[in-house]
Amino acid sequence: MSIKERMSGNEAVAYAMKQVEPDVMAAFPITPSTEIPQYFSKYLADGQVDTEFIAVESEHSAMSACMGAAASGARATTATSSAGLAYMWEILYVVSASRLPVVMAVVNRALSGPININNDHSDTMGARDSGWIQLYSESNQEAYDNYIQAYSIAEATRLPVMVCQDGFITSHGVSNIELLEDEVVKSFVGTYEPDNYMLKENSPMMAGPFATIPYYMEIKRAQAEAMNTSYNSIENIAKEFAKISGRGCSFFEEFMMEDADCAIVILSSSAGTAKEAVKSLRQEGKRVGLIKLRVFRPFPGKIIADTLKNIKTISVMDKAESFSGMGGPLYSDIKNALYETDEKPSIINYIYGLGGRDIKVEDFISIFNDMLNGTDTKDTYRYIGVRDKRDE
Amino acid sequence: MIYKFKDELEKKERFVGGHRLCAGCGAGIAVRGVLRALDEGDKAVISNATSCLEVSSFMYPYTSYEDSYIHSAFANAAATCSGSVAAYESMKKKGKISGNFKFITIGGDGGTYDIGFQALSGAMERNTDMVYVCYDNEAYMNTGIQRSSSTPRFADATTSPTGSQSYGKVQNKKDLTEIIASHNVPYVAQTTFMGNFKDLHNKAHKAHYTDGACFLNILSPCPRGWGYEASKLPELCKKAVDTCVWPLYEIENGVWKINYIPKEKLPVEEFLSMQSRFSHMFKAGNEWMIEDAQAYVDMKWDKLLKKANIN
Repeated sequence: MSIKERMSGNEAVAYAMKQVEPDVMAAFPITPSTEIPQYFSKYLADGQVDTEFIAVESEHSAMSACMGAAASGARATTATSSAGLAYMWEILYVVSASRLPVVMAVVNRALSGPININNDHSDTMGARDSGWIQLYSESNQEAYDNYIQAYSIAEATRLPVMVCQDGFITSHGVSNIELLEDEVVKSFVGTYEPDNYMLKENSPMMAGPFATIPYYMEIKRAQAEAMNTSYNSIENIAKEFAKISGRGCSFFEEFMMEDADCAIVILSSSAGTAKEAVKSLRQEGKRVGLIKLRVFRPFPGKIIADTLKNIKTISVMDKAESFSGMGGPLYSDIKNALYETDEKPSIINYIYGLGGRDIKVEDFISIFNDMLNGTDTKDTYRYIGVRDKRDE
Repeated sequence: MIYKFKDELEKKERFVGGHRLCAGCGAGIAVRGVLRALDEGDKAVISNATSCLEVSSFMYPYTSYEDSYIHSAFANAAATCSGSVAAYESMKKKGKISGNFKFITIGGDGGTYDIGFQALSGAMERNTDMVYVCYDNEAYMNTGIQRSSSTPRFADATTSPTGSQSYGKVQNKKDLTEIIASHNVPYVAQTTFMGNFKDLHNKAHKAHYTDGACFLNILSPCPRGWGYEASKLPELCKKAVDTCVWPLYEIENGVWKINYIPKEKLPVEEFLSMQSRFSHMFKAGNEWMIEDAQAYVDMKWDKLLKKANIN
């Protein structure tokens, strides 16, 4: 029996954390993720969860403590945002290379320069090459569902997983949610029994060697291989989760994609706004649809290309600038995936929502109308919602 | 407990030979001594900051350690160990593991006084049940003898070189032992390699078997960085102590105790003159440098005597 509740995305993740009951949680305060350790500390203070909480003195130490705990054989987790994730950067790579199944809740917030506390995806997009699996969540419900599945994925693949949701939009926005019962969650994640760990009786373990030229490359290749073969685990775990919850998709959600001529590809909460635009245009008989990615790392390139290849025009929405001169990170990967198809749809890139800039249903309608009316497909690298001289 | 050096050396080594540390290096001696002070049967998890020690003792696929060991990065050894301690406490409570584990974090002075200082301070403030061991060789030796905040004034280091306009490092050495003592942790001690290693052994044993955060600062000379013959290591350590450049003391529950007061406090030159990093101090016209160094040692020693209530 699911439990109907109303809570914010931060509380939903903290609640999932309580239900999973990891052995170690280490965290440092940062807006907007800091409510997660706050809720969790209160659960601890009220004796509702049996976890060692470390109130570390920085995010660098939070990720380091997770590494130490995971190598010791514990389930370890943390939560962070923006500069906190940036401060962990060095250790993100060490954790993934050490093949430790750390689970991290990320509440996406713009990276500083200038400082800004609102949502975009520059923090996790910057970490996209760190060897972590990345799941993105549209709602508090998806953040909750993804966070529970993250443990199973991490432990099956021996890769760390970050579960992302949009700062303030879903992290603080309160909405309806269906929670699973504690026993259902506990039985879904099971008990963690690694083969080797530092506290294993009579079996010492070494972690984090100095790997010289004859060894380093093989270690990196093995890591890439783990990522390349993680698709099956992600898909199977999503299917198992659907059985207990009746919810979810494996890699991406297809919204009104049947017979669509034009589509938007997007991550996280803005998918909800864009879906309203799709529904309204569909009522006018326009053949438009939407793909919302759940899994960004590993990138589900082959299947997404298969889904998108017959679309005439695609607009890829990036809530992060990559300063490549060629568009945002999601756009680059979608374009890369579609290069192998014979059909080669036209692909436009929109950079939107940086630093919390709002995007509205009307914005998505205008993006769709541009595509439907035969937009200039050579002008592929665009901004939406930004003031510039051309608007004056 | 009566300390017998011979018996201690007959114990099974926990830090074994075959590592790549230099002859005459203090790091390996410090680690051997600290691990030897663990009671037989107790297991250990060693967390090590990036350092000469790390790259020399755990070069894939070889290890010098009989116990579990983790290296993550330069700045985070104390935080990594904090995670292991939390895992141990949590898993032990839940009955997932058995055995008695001790947690030891090891860093050089760069990884302890400087880049690892924040993580160290955090772990000490949380009174994490670990022993943090600094093998202090007074510069970034692994990267090529760059000055650290532990490098003493006047030392010739590669980022504080002597020259026509420079007399070496300008600043005095950071007093980390005192800073850690100000965290009010249960046990803090300073030691080095003296005679039969009794001082180091007793302090390490006390640190291992005191609940809460403990800190050992071990002066661990580096032949390449300091410029001495490998065979002179014991004599150099003794001179550091007899000149009061590196006093042997401990702070147990806030009580300061000097463990060794030299019968005759030797002039600082006797320590400095053994090392090429200070050779410029002995050139004609540079007498003021020796006077300055002596005055600093005297001032620090007097303060220490007062803290230990010795008149």
